[in-house]
Amino acid sequence: MNAAAVPALSVRDAHKRFGAVHALKGVSLDAYRGQVLALLGDNGAGKSTLVRCISGVHALDEGEILLDGEAVALSTPAQARRAGIETVYQDLALFDNLTPAQNFYCGREISFPRWLPRPLRFLNARAMDQEAASVIDRLKVKLPKFDAPVALMSGGQRQAIAVARATVFARNVVILDEPTAALGLRESRKVLDLVHQLRDEGNAVILITHNMEHVIELADRAVVLRQGHKVGELKPERANQHELVSLIVGAEA
Amino acid sequence: MSDTTRQRDISSGAPAGGRAQASASLSPVAFGLRLLNFGPLLILALLVVVFSVLTPNFLKPGNLSNILAQTAVIAIVAMGQQLVILTRGIDLSVGANLALATVVGGLVFRATDGSGFVVITAMLLAGTAVGLVNGLVFVFGRLPHPFIMTLATLSICRGLALQFSINNTTMRGMPDAVLFLGETSALGVPNSFYVVLGMALIVLVMTKSMVWGRWTYAVGGNPKAAVEMGISVKWVLVSTYAFAGLCAGIGAVVLSGRTGAGSPLYGTLLELDTIAAVIIGGASFLGGRGHIGHALIGALMIGVIRNALNLLNVGVFYQMIAIGVIIVVAVEADVMRSYLEGRARNQAARAQ
Repeated sequence: MNAAAVPALSVRDAHKRFGAVHALKGVSLDAYRGQVLALLGDNGAGKSTLVRCISGVHALDEGEILLDGEAVALSTPAQARRAGIETVYQDLALFDNLTPAQNFYCGREISFPRWLPRPLRFLNARAMDQEAASVIDRLKVKLPKFDAPVALMSGGQRQAIAVARATVFARNVVILDEPTAALGLRESRKVLDLVHQLRDEGNAVILITHNMEHVIELADRAVVLRQGHKVGELKPERANQHELVSLIVGAEA
Repeated sequence: MSDTTRQRDISSGAPAGGRAQASASLSPVAFGLRLLNFGPLLILALLVVVFSVLTPNFLKPGNLSNILAQTAVIAIVAMGQQLVILTRGIDLSVGANLALATVVGGLVFRATDGSGFVVITAMLLAGTAVGLVNGLVFVFGRLPHPFIMTLATLSICRGLALQFSINNTTMRGMPDAVLFLGETSALGVPNSFYVVLGMALIVLVMTKSMVWGRWTYAVGGNPKAAVEMGISVKWVLVSTYAFAGLCAGIGAVVLSGRTGAGSPLYGTLLELDTIAAVIIGGASFLGGRGHIGHALIGALMIGVIRNALNLLNVGVFYQMIAIGVIIVVAVEADVMRSYLEGRARNQAARAQ
């Protein structure tokens, strides 16, 4: 792809401290459109902290985040989403009592009239249903029923809904935090197909996972964190799988 | 309600479509879930049939109108309670709030000598103000649970109502407009019933077609995710408690209209009646699930049981026992629903 272009997302020299804990010690990374970037590291390496900073949950203490080469302030989740950064959280952040379409638009409902404050506007349910149905169609997600609450759906279907929701609004960056952690083999496969599609649609995808098979299959590049430092960046292949694992756990290759 | 008519199968590929059909029409799990959804309505219908067989007076127009009048206050206040429970909360203060509002109305009636508009406005404002205080202190005071805040306002409101009512007891006299709403009938139906109907329509629109309503369901379904999705959860909660207070104020208007008085003794245990109505009606006590119909069906069920047992000369203590038993059955049905949903989820996973 056009890897030479300006990265969709750049993190420059990021530092984050929680009291005495120095969780990020000068991490930099670039994520390009049409590529999957794997973010690897053992538990406590700083992956989740970095993701939370990018998605607006935490603010960086030092360093900056650039979108398409321009520095941006991401101090709330709402700001990050307005900037086109979507996060699929590990717990999915789904509303069990709402339908897939209602989940898609929760917090960003299509509504009218525009001059009213948002909570007092009326829902345009038809537009939201149609949009959501077309996205689900486009992503080839199979749902048994489109108007049932997501509580009735399987783990894989729920995961697919959470990923699909991210695609509705993602314009730049999609972050997936261990999207297959709780899934069986077949359901994982479906979610990985979605990651493919997100990439093919021109998003910069950041994938956090512990599954080396998935990394080698999907990722164009891998960034490895250990104890808050970036300890390596390489193109994951079967040949260097061993080296990758060594970087993660900190043993000599 | 109309959910089943909007069904749309968007799955591509015939096998998935066939499965969807099968699970909709055949699966015992899906059937059980549907039965639970209509359970409260079926029980209400069954009660009506049984009572009309047992006591011929039950179905007489006069008695039915009586039931509606007796149910109106519980139904109105339960609509607010239902929204609060929907957001995983509880409002214990509604009964005392209602009593305080009737006292405020009675005092304003005496002080201003008369206008129905002023008295009604005062009662609605009093109720809303208490609800607003509930919401603001609970949310911004970071109290662990609304149980505590509304328990406190229960005590405070009852105390205020007793302290400031004249001679610390019932005060006779209400303006004509209030009496009209609470006492008079039109077309053989008490006017208070039209108040219930009008409110139900407004609440239906607010919860089903407005963004605010969608947000209350989101907050009840998953508060953490609601924050992550950019919903101002705090203000959704504050507005919900304020609305529950407004409902108590409207209930105060209807009740003081029916009795022609304001009293610090009104609304005793109304909080428990309204919570019972919401739960019996089929809403989930754990939040996120339920609609206005649940509150109305539950309120009607309580009204029907009390009325019929009165006609049958069954003592008031047995009525309490009966309602208690039904509460247990209703909550057990909710537990059953969660269990069946788990089964449905497993079926969906296997079907893939």
